[in-house]
Amino acid sequence: MPYHPPVREAAIRCRGLRKSYGDVRAVDGLDLEVARGECFGLLGPNGAGKTTTIEILEGLTGADGGEVEVLGSTWHDGGSRLRERLGISLQETQLAEKLTVEETLLLFRSFYPQGRDPEEVVAALSLGEKRHARVGKLSGGQRQRLAVACALVGDPELLFLDEPTTGLDPQSRRELWAVVERFKASGGTVLLTTHYMEEAERLCDRVAIVDHGRVIALGTPDELVARLHAPHVLEFQTDPPLPPSLLRSLPGVAEEHVNGSSTALAVRSLAETVPALLASADAAGARLVSLATHRATLEDLFVALTGRHLRDA
Amino acid sequence: MRRPMPPLAELALVRTKEFVREPEAVFWVLVFPLILAVGLGLAFRSRPPDRIPVAVAEGPGAGAAAAALSRSPALAVSTLSPGDGREALRTGRIALLVEPGPPPTYRLDPTRPDARAARLEVDDALQRAAGRTDPLRPREEPVTEPGARYIDFLLPGLLGLNLMGTGMWGLGFTVVTARTKKLLKRLVATPMRKRDYLLALVLARLVFLVAEVTALVGFGWLAFGVAVRGPFVALALAILAGTFAFAGLGLLVAARARTVEGVSGLMNVVMLPMWLLSGTFFSYERFPEAARPWIRLLPLTALNDALRAVMTEGHGLGGVLPELVLLCVWAAVSFGLALRLFRWS
Repeated sequence: MPYHPPVREAAIRCRGLRKSYGDVRAVDGLDLEVARGECFGLLGPNGAGKTTTIEILEGLTGADGGEVEVLGSTWHDGGSRLRERLGISLQETQLAEKLTVEETLLLFRSFYPQGRDPEEVVAALSLGEKRHARVGKLSGGQRQRLAVACALVGDPELLFLDEPTTGLDPQSRRELWAVVERFKASGGTVLLTTHYMEEAERLCDRVAIVDHGRVIALGTPDELVARLHAPHVLEFQTDPPLPPSLLRSLPGVAEEHVNGSSTALAVRSLAETVPALLASADAAGARLVSLATHRATLEDLFVALTGRHLRDA
Repeated sequence: MRRPMPPLAELALVRTKEFVREPEAVFWVLVFPLILAVGLGLAFRSRPPDRIPVAVAEGPGAGAAAAALSRSPALAVSTLSPGDGREALRTGRIALLVEPGPPPTYRLDPTRPDARAARLEVDDALQRAAGRTDPLRPREEPVTEPGARYIDFLLPGLLGLNLMGTGMWGLGFTVVTARTKKLLKRLVATPMRKRDYLLALVLARLVFLVAEVTALVGFGWLAFGVAVRGPFVALALAILAGTFAFAGLGLLVAARARTVEGVSGLMNVVMLPMWLLSGTFFSYERFPEAARPWIRLLPLTALNDALRAVMTEGHGLGGVLPELVLLCVWAAVSFGLALRLFRWS
């Protein structure tokens, strides 16, 4: 589905953002514009500057240089009026362990002049059964849902989520995605950081790939993947394995990676390469053990852009 | 679910609940001072004055001398060989050794206070046995009036010390733990007013304060008969002023520390001088006169002085006004500085 950028005013706008910690340039001239109603993802490896960027936008960290505008005001003149319109979930927030879910939510609700009924937020995040449980007794997924509940209880226009699902099991991750999707459906704007491709591709309207404190690619997930010369991946195993020189000579192959007995080819078009691969295997007398194809992901894009994998970069 | 209260009330409520759910903290605030009071009370309980140990060296006349000394209620007399006697004197087991005469010889170390008392008692007993008559026969009136005992001095000091300790440690640890867990950062990411957070910590202190003070004052009264002679209002105001001063100092000390170790070190630097100087266990009148005006400026000195003035000397509010003003200044200045210097992430 083609993406139409919203014409409404920007929820977040920043230009030439810079921040150093000692000799380390965490953020190095980063530009960003997030439209209202959009779910925007900052994607990048650990240490790429995602958290520093989001904390500058949240007004929690001062930038060394650059301009930041959130919901039409700067942190300089916005102050606590601006905070009333934001919901924030920090990376690994540890809420007070001795308090219950209900007590924690009431506390956060008390800070906002207008907000949602804590009762309703508890229900929306499926924390009803745990409302009298202490935070210290919650599972990782429940804690993370509570952190998001605390961000939502002030009925924000803009939600910041810093690695909302890191370390969660697939079930908890899907539950949290559903919460973000509902928030978006009700007209809210989301800025999230992640290093999960799947998360960015599922939730985000647009994604900025960040590396070394800069945006190195920007667009919808589809647009970004389409930028790859070879948007498809062909994985197969043969017995005996085919020689790399033969693989490289196949039509439409941009790259090949051999992982043990299995081989992955980045290809321009499946229709072009698959028949040629089958024919060459036949001619070489090799038996095809397995064959699978998938569309290239943001992960593949990151590898193509930087030569590194997201998780170990 | 109930409706949320104003932020300050929610913050104070939450802090109170957190404290009550922390058994160790309850122990340090409520039980520990009682144990301390019992221990010190036992060590310094009222009892008949000690007899001073003296000895008579064996030899002619030793029996008569020992008999004469035994009549004195202030002496514990033994008879030793001359060698053993000197050895006992040298090692401090006896305060004075009598070598019978005539004339008798008193062996003693005059720099020891009990040796001089022993000399007076021994000489008195031997002179009387030798036939001296006293021209004056003074009456003796022992003073055991409540208020003059060591425990009467000690208990207000312990109360002051406890208010300092629980105030500073309680607030300091809470703040630093919340900082290391990024809870402070999460809170300032909301529209919460920063001063509400700090004020709530101080207010939550007041809840435990009632229990803490009742435990110590009540225990002192029941176990040792340490009464509050002045008005309770004056006592309550002194305690309040002291609590605010130490809560402010606790926040100030914890304003920037990033680790529990860091804040512990700073706490000790701030509190140790006051443990020693502020007249908790002994009067600060023992320090040189030039140092005393400075010692009186310390918050614990002001609190201890105010508590003693009310509890022991029966002064009212007017009598402790300078101390209360000084404590309020400490509270206001430290709270203001803490709010300004506070590191939220």
